Amino acid sequence: MAKELKLMKGNEAIAEAAIRSGCDGYFGYPITPQSEVMEYLMAEKPWERTGMVVLQAESETSSINMVYGGAGVGKKVMTSSSSPGISLMQEGLTYLAGAELPAIIANVVRGGPGLGTIQPSQADYFQATKGGGHGDYQLFVLAPATVQEMYDFVFLGWEIAFKYRNPVMILSDGAIGQVMEKLYVGDYVPRWTDEELKKNAPWASYGKPANREHHIITSLELDSAKQEEHNHKLQAKYREMEEKEVRFETIDCEDADYIFVAYGSSARIAQKAIQLGREKGIKVGLLRPITLFPFPKKPIAEFSKKVKGILTVEMSAGQMVEDVRLAAEFRCPVEHFGRYGGIIHTPHEVLEALEEKIIKAK
Amino acid sequence: MFNPDIVKPENLVYKRTDVLTKAVMHYCPGCGHGTTHRIVAEVIEEMGIQDKAICIAPVGCSVLAYNYFEVDSLGAAHGRAPALATAIQRLFPDHHTFTYQGDGDLAAIGTAETIHACNRGENIVIIFINNGIYGMTGGQMAPTTLIGMKTATSPYGRTVELNGYPLQITELLAELPGTYYVTRQSVHTAAAVRKTKRAIRQAFENQKNKKGTSFVEVVSNCNSGWKMTAPKANEWMVENMFVKYPIGDIKVDGEKVK
Amino acid sequence: MTEEIIIAGFGGQGVLSMGKILAYSGAMQDKEVSWMPSYGPEMRGGTANVSVIISDQRISSPIISQFDTAIILNQQSLDKFEKSVKPGGVLLYDPNGVINPPKRTDINIYKVSATEKSAELGLAKVFNMMVLGAYLKIKPVVTEEFIEKGLMKSLPERHHGLIPENLKAVQTGKELVEAVRTL
Ligand SMILES: Cc1ncc(C[n+]2csc(CCOP(=O)(O)OP(=O)(O)O)c2C)c(N)n1
Ligand code: SF4
Ligand SMILES: [Mg+2]
Repeated sequence: MAKELKLMKGNEAIAEAAIRSGCDGYFGYPITPQSEVMEYLMAEKPWERTGMVVLQAESETSSINMVYGGAGVGKKVMTSSSSPGISLMQEGLTYLAGAELPAIIANVVRGGPGLGTIQPSQADYFQATKGGGHGDYQLFVLAPATVQEMYDFVFLGWEIAFKYRNPVMILSDGAIGQVMEKLYVGDYVPRWTDEELKKNAPWASYGKPANREHHIITSLELDSAKQEEHNHKLQAKYREMEEKEVRFETIDCEDADYIFVAYGSSARIAQKAIQLGREKGIKVGLLRPITLFPFPKKPIAEFSKKVKGILTVEMSAGQMVEDVRLAAEFRCPVEHFGRYGGIIHTPHEVLEALEEKIIKAK
Repeated sequence: MFNPDIVKPENLVYKRTDVLTKAVMHYCPGCGHGTTHRIVAEVIEEMGIQDKAICIAPVGCSVLAYNYFEVDSLGAAHGRAPALATAIQRLFPDHHTFTYQGDGDLAAIGTAETIHACNRGENIVIIFINNGIYGMTGGQMAPTTLIGMKTATSPYGRTVELNGYPLQITELLAELPGTYYVTRQSVHTAAAVRKTKRAIRQAFENQKNKKGTSFVEVVSNCNSGWKMTAPKANEWMVENMFVKYPIGDIKVDGEKVK
Repeated sequence: MTEEIIIAGFGGQGVLSMGKILAYSGAMQDKEVSWMPSYGPEMRGGTANVSVIISDQRISSPIISQFDTAIILNQQSLDKFEKSVKPGGVLLYDPNGVINPPKRTDINIYKVSATEKSAELGLAKVFNMMVLGAYLKIKPVVTEEFIEKGLMKSLPERHHGLIPENLKAVQTGKELVEAVRTL
């Protein structure tokens, strides 16, 4: 595959990836810090090149329901937003999950609660990984840490979304959305033809031919016994994801006495803290979850048997730390550090927190 | 009484359309939902567009509409049907996407989706069942509930002071340049059914010709919610609902009817 | 080599685009780069800043609070970022409008009167390229050849006619820079 070098913002990378990955439709509503996604698409006019539909909706409620519609007819559709907009989308997300529809939702998180701040944050971990909307459901959550991953995870997102018939959230933050880095883009993947759509989404409501019964896309089941059965099926799917789709990366963990667990921007900052720490003789490494659901429980459990302590780093008051503690099962101390409300912690602060909360606290 | 000898093709005067499934409808006897389903299905059959028709069912009494229409369907969240239809029709521009919505769905919780889809002139058909009440949830007040009308949440009758005015959403939508055809019909008599069917046909023809939004309101009874027999409900509808919601075309070929 | 830079000034001074051209040039020269702007309402008329990293290695954090070099184009930014220069680092500033010049004695301080010069030459548009030239004189992190390539890549094709003028401004900046206090 020919690789072409570009320099792009994370938000633009999502948009470019949409076009190049054969996305059929993007529906969005402006909100900082992710407005560049739709701005880029509107400037690129992909409808003239690939036939991709791009539409500015009247609200995030509408954009997620446009996504629901497009996904229901088997198209590759996506949206993007930031925290307050994603809150408004929760209704649509649980319907997507309930009706088992594939779609990509990019969330470029900003600080909350409420209207909050437009600066980066990671305080929507719970919302992304523990539901957010009502009912027992899971989004598949990918956490890019680079502009390249913002791009790559759109491609990966389609794969996962259609394989499992499940909405995929790409959970980043204002820093990754706004930063510009090198990006290698590949060849254009053509949009599916009608025939390919029928092959790849045979369940979809794309229009009933004479030779089959009608398809119904819904999350409603009035018969509780059947609804429970449907829930069992969903749970089995989530367990399969946990079995097969966990993704994570380790850096400098071979000889580590301590590890950071951090995703996205915080993982980048933690990497720098590792350099600083190692300069001072502190053997620290990083485990970076790439999938937040399914969460890398097993590798964290393994590390908890080997290391003297774990510090989770997240721009929040401490959300992911709960999952890390569950995985570590008290085998080693697990503490959380993070600035929040739109403040980004510095590598020095992260290292200091490791020293204070883990190393000295022992 | 049944004489099998007369069951011959040449004697056929009426046939259930194949665009309806064989499922038994759950609607109350005398309710307008069932009749409206049938004529929508007949139009789809007559136009030969079953393979391209996509039904968006609402949340309301017609939430299970997708079980009755033998076309590919999606059930929307409450009020969001026009958003789904917008995307689907843009992604499949030669399809026939239609929404089927009640007054609570279309004119309360989904007002934004409705207005903006119509304002963008989405090439979709909207069938709007106005029964002045929330039938499904047990007869609560709707935005279209008449002044003085008693419902579960306006037990002493709707008042302007407490609840504001009945919303004439259809007239409002006719003001938008995106709507190409806006009409208000009913299905309480055979003649009315025939007229409504013609209106629905017109709406789907407009869509075929990519004219923008076609909006067909059907003023209907909710005999259960109104707590009347079906015939009484129809009488009450003519005497009261038709005053606030007069039957007839409001906008034809993009022009308001004078 | 890793060079961590902050460029700060008023919105409209070309802060972000200067950073972008630098980042593009670095990328063209096969370096790892990142460009992280401040964003939001503060950019509308107020101050704007961008941190740029150019490195031979994979860049860990694009979000940094300590800089090898600060390029400062107004008083507010000087007040804000003087303290964030690493000891032994570089602070380059345009003295235009600066009443309280930098005070630190543990860093290298340079100035470039680019506002004045670009106004004098009637070239206000390429003011930021003069500043970039001054910076590259102090720290040649990318070569001229790649600045040209960076310009080609970052400017839309219809503006490629302006490249020679931009390169000339880089040259002018190189000649203009003065050491105020060096270690
Ligand atoms: C978000 C949400 N709020 C409330 C409900 C409950 N609900 C179901 S149907 C309905 C009203 C439907 O009334 P209408 O649209 O007039 O349809 P009808 O039943 O009269 O045909 C309500 C409030 C819901 N399903 N979803
Ligand atoms: S409750 Fe009203 S609207 Fe619903 S089926 Fe019965 S009569 Fe029709
Ligand atoms: Mg109703």
